[in-house]
This record gives sequence, structure tokens and C-alpha cells, in this order.
Amino acid sequence: MTAPIALTGVRLRGDVAVFLKYVSLLAASAVVVVPLLAIVLTSLRTEGELAGDANPLSAPANWFNLHNYQVAFTEGHMLRALWNTSFILFFSLIGTVFIGSMTAYAIDRHRFRGKKLVMTLFLIAALVPGVTTQVATYQVVNELGVMGTRWAPILLYMGTDIVSIYIFLQFIRSIPVALDEAARIDGAGSLTIYWRVILPLLRPAIATVVIVKGVAIYNDFYIPFLYMPADGLGTISTSLFRFKGPFGAHWEVISAGAALVIVPTLVVFLALQRFIYNGFAAGATK
Amino acid sequence: MSATRTAGERREVSSPTTPSRRSKSRASRGRPGRRGLWYTPWLYLLAPVALLVLFTYVPVVSMVSYSFTSWNGLSPTKRYVGLDNYVDLFTRPQLFQVFAVSLFYLVGAALQIVVALYFATILSFSTRFRNLFKGILFFPYLINGVAIGFVFLYFFQPGGTLDTILQPFGVAPHAWLGDPDLVNTSLAGVSVWRFMGLNMVLFLGAIQSIPPQLYEAAALDGASRWQQFRHIIAPGIKPILSLSAILAVSGALAVFEIPFIMTGGSNNSETFVIQTIKLAFNFNKVGLASAAAVVLLAIVLLVTMIQRWLVPDERVEMS
Repeated sequence: MTAPIALTGVRLRGDVAVFLKYVSLLAASAVVVVPLLAIVLTSLRTEGELAGDANPLSAPANWFNLHNYQVAFTEGHMLRALWNTSFILFFSLIGTVFIGSMTAYAIDRHRFRGKKLVMTLFLIAALVPGVTTQVATYQVVNELGVMGTRWAPILLYMGTDIVSIYIFLQFIRSIPVALDEAARIDGAGSLTIYWRVILPLLRPAIATVVIVKGVAIYNDFYIPFLYMPADGLGTISTSLFRFKGPFGAHWEVISAGAALVIVPTLVVFLALQRFIYNGFAAGATK
Repeated sequence: MSATRTAGERREVSSPTTPSRRSKSRASRGRPGRRGLWYTPWLYLLAPVALLVLFTYVPVVSMVSYSFTSWNGLSPTKRYVGLDNYVDLFTRPQLFQVFAVSLFYLVGAALQIVVALYFATILSFSTRFRNLFKGILFFPYLINGVAIGFVFLYFFQPGGTLDTILQPFGVAPHAWLGDPDLVNTSLAGVSVWRFMGLNMVLFLGAIQSIPPQLYEAAALDGASRWQQFRHIIAPGIKPILSLSAILAVSGALAVFEIPFIMTGGSNNSETFVIQTIKLAFNFNKVGLASAAAVVLLAIVLLVTMIQRWLVPDERVEMS
């Protein structure tokens, strides 16, 4: 830049820059928070309050009015949704951990014919956006006879997750091969090495995959919507989606439903921040 | 593939410390059963590869084959119609409409990358409440898509949050989701709101992996913040930036959730994927829908290849 600037000029310019920096950060934070705030405020107001004062940012008369949450929870069948989502989460996460770690173990710790082919198959699959192939995946799921059951999403989450495989593959490379060797000398077979040596050492990777994948499954709408249309099989996402009909214009109940779905995410985020940032960085860059 | 090469290099590097582990353990100990069985790795790969083929390759192949038929998704027979579906697809005016819609999301994604870059840069320098700001800006990415849909249906409602906020500034209420000229801008805005934080965290991670000595050296040499950004930060985040660009393009083409939840594709807001899903599952035109999906897949793969070709070997995968 131009060399001679008076010292005061630099300071002034610096002050302005700092001021603008904080203004922009506050503005962006407001953009994030205000839409959510409107939902939280509305969820605490009564139907009568909303009718009397349409301003979505008005404060509720009673800050502890949880009536709407009660309605959303019971009439929105959120307990059932929670059960279905938990069921799917439990089995898909276990499956994903095994699928991912076994693939990483086979590829990184073995030398075999066709290894390049297998890796290329996984690499290319990572480029295929799942949303484009649903038209045909639907038929596969149909043929397998799991349509309309919770096993359809479980199989799909397990089978189409390339990112977890990358995370495991990346991590297994940092585990020294000497450990496998030592175990082998002690007479351990391949399965024992996987189970007793590799899997325990992959714990940080498992945590990352469980968090990243867990959030993705909890939030997924498309797959349960397409493969489990029955009311009784509603997940968190699809059950919330069904608020649209019966609660039509009852924004106080819809808001409560949305807040109910967001709160667990917020709790998990606050508790596991560091893991989450690292996990998503690892996941997105593969 | 750069990935296999990386693996190979690593092996070469590690082999001196663990001298030719396979041949030695097999030959010297004379127990081929331990490791030598050729099918051992395949036992581990059986389930993963089966699932991969079943849920990625079988659908891709059958999708291509459906695209040459007039199948309705139900009847046991599929009639071969050649390229009719593709001709139909490229001659219907809706096609251009959905591509025009994806332009809104593309512009949104470009804006999102610029904004994310800005916030990642300023948060990488010392800032008060840095983690709080980072957390707030990232959090939308974690929120359930349906919940986001409702949050913004409420936000954009006539007389809703946005109108209320804009009123003091003399902006008249708009039908943010009802006006066909506005709806895609509003929806693309929701998309930016949702995904900006992810880009920011990715950029921030890349910036923080740049050795701090570089900034110190640059500062000693009298480099301005802009010069530091231009010559240190920008090259350091090039790989992640190019990855974000490609995700932006394929993301803009494959937009589904937010418009589907919020408008159902009405009012001029139908995207390529919504159209495809409707063709397949509402109108039972599986053949035509498959052709549409094949076109989308081809575009996404093409864009990816162009990116790989423009920015080769950036260690963005499997390294």
C-alpha cells in the first residue's frame, strides 16, 4: 500500500476496521438468531395472544407457558417419532461403524488383487449424489422387500455412506502397522487384530463418525419421507413435516414442534462443539 | 487416482521400518493361514461392497436402462422407447424453468462462499467472543431441514418476522414466498442461511492450519491485512475453496429439501430434483424421471471432472 501514512491515520483506520468487523459479526449473528427467536417467542404464546397481537417478535405473557409444547408432543406423536428415529439411529450407526472400519481395515492393512478396483468403486460412488438416483433406488428397496419398514432407511444409511469410510481410512493410517505385527507375532489372527487392536484404536474416528452421521440421520427428511410413508413410522423429520396439515395456521403449535426438534441439536452442539467442528471438517473434505 | 498413489507412497515410506512385512511374516514363519489366505480381505469387504453395489451401482445402471423405456414404475413390462424420454425432456419448457431456478441457488452459493470467506478470515484473527460468533454462525447447519422450513415459512409469512423488521425502514410488506418473482430469492436466502456456517468452519480450519510464522514474517515486512489475505490465506485455502465451488454447483442443481418443504415447488420454485421426484412418484413416469436423473448425474459428474482437471491433485480426497 502507499507507504507514508501518519500514525494517527493508521490507528483511525484500524479503529474503523475493528468497529466494522464487530458490526458485521453482530449483524450476521442477528440474521441467524432472529428467525429462530421468532419461533421460540411464538411457541410460548397462546392462541389468543397471537390473535390479539400479530407481531411475531412480541414477548409472551407467560414465559413458562409450555402448553403448545405439550400439544405438539402428544398430538404431533413426537414420542413415537423419537422412538422410530432412535431405532434407526441405533442400527444405522452400529452398521456404519462396522462397514466403515472393516472397509478401511481391508483396504489399508491388506494387499490383494482388485484393491485398486474396490477403491475406485468407492471413489466414484462418492461423486454420485444420492438424491439423483432415488428413482431407481426405490425399486431396489422394493425388490429387497423392506419398503415401508425401518430397515429401508437403515440399509440406505449404511450402504450409501462413503464419507465415514474416508474418515476411517484416514484415521487407520495413523495407527502404526507395528501394532498389528506385534499382535500377529503373539498369534493373533486377522479377526482378532481387527477386533482387539484396530477397532479400539479407532475410537476417535468412531466418535467422529457417530456424531457426523448421527446428526445427518436425525435431520434427514428425504429417505424416511420416501420409504416410510406410514403414519406409525414417522421419524422426527417426517412427523414434524406432518404438522403442516392438522395444525395449518396454528403457528404457536408448529413453532413449539420446530423448537422441540431443534433443542436436542442445540444441546448436542453445546456439549460436543469441538468434536462437531472437527468431524464436519473431516467429513466434508473427505 | 491420487489416493491410491498416496497410499502407495506411504507404504514405501513405512516399509523400511517394517521390512517387507508380508513376505517376511509369511516366509519366515511358514504359516500362510495367518495372513496369506487370499480371501481374508474380501471377508471384510463382503458387506461393504455388497451394499455399495446394491445402493449405488445397481440404481445407476438400472436408472440408465429405465431412461430408455416408458415404464410407469408398476407394470411388469417395460416398453423400449429409445431416446424419446431425452427428446421429451429437452423439448419441454419446464426444463429451462428448473435450470433457471437453479441459477438462483448458484448465485446464492457464490454469495455464501464469499461471506463465509470473509467471516472465516476475520475470525482467524484475534476477536472477542470468537467461539460464540463461530458457534452462532455454524449452528444453522446442524438444524433439522424440516424445522428450518417451518422457521422460514413463519419468517416470510405476510406480516411475519421479515415484514415486521423491514417496516421501520419503510419497506412495504411483500409476499416473499407467494410472489413468483421473489420466491426463489427467498428460498436461496434460506439456503445461504443454512449452509454458510459449514463453509466458514471449513475455511477457518484451513486458515488455521497455515503456520503462524508466515503472518509474522509478512507483518514484519509490512504487509497489510489485504496483502496477507491475498498472498498467504488465499493460496492456503485453495483446495477447500475449489471443493466448495464444486459442492456449490452440484448443490445448486440438486436442491430439494428446502423448496419441497416450504413451497412444494409451487409458484415457480420447482427445482430439478422436485420435478424428477414428482414425475416418478406422482405421475408414475419412471422412464422420463430416470432420463432427468441421468441428465442431472451427467452434469454433476461433468462439473466434478472439470474441477479435477482445473485444480488437479489437491489432496481433497482420501489423502
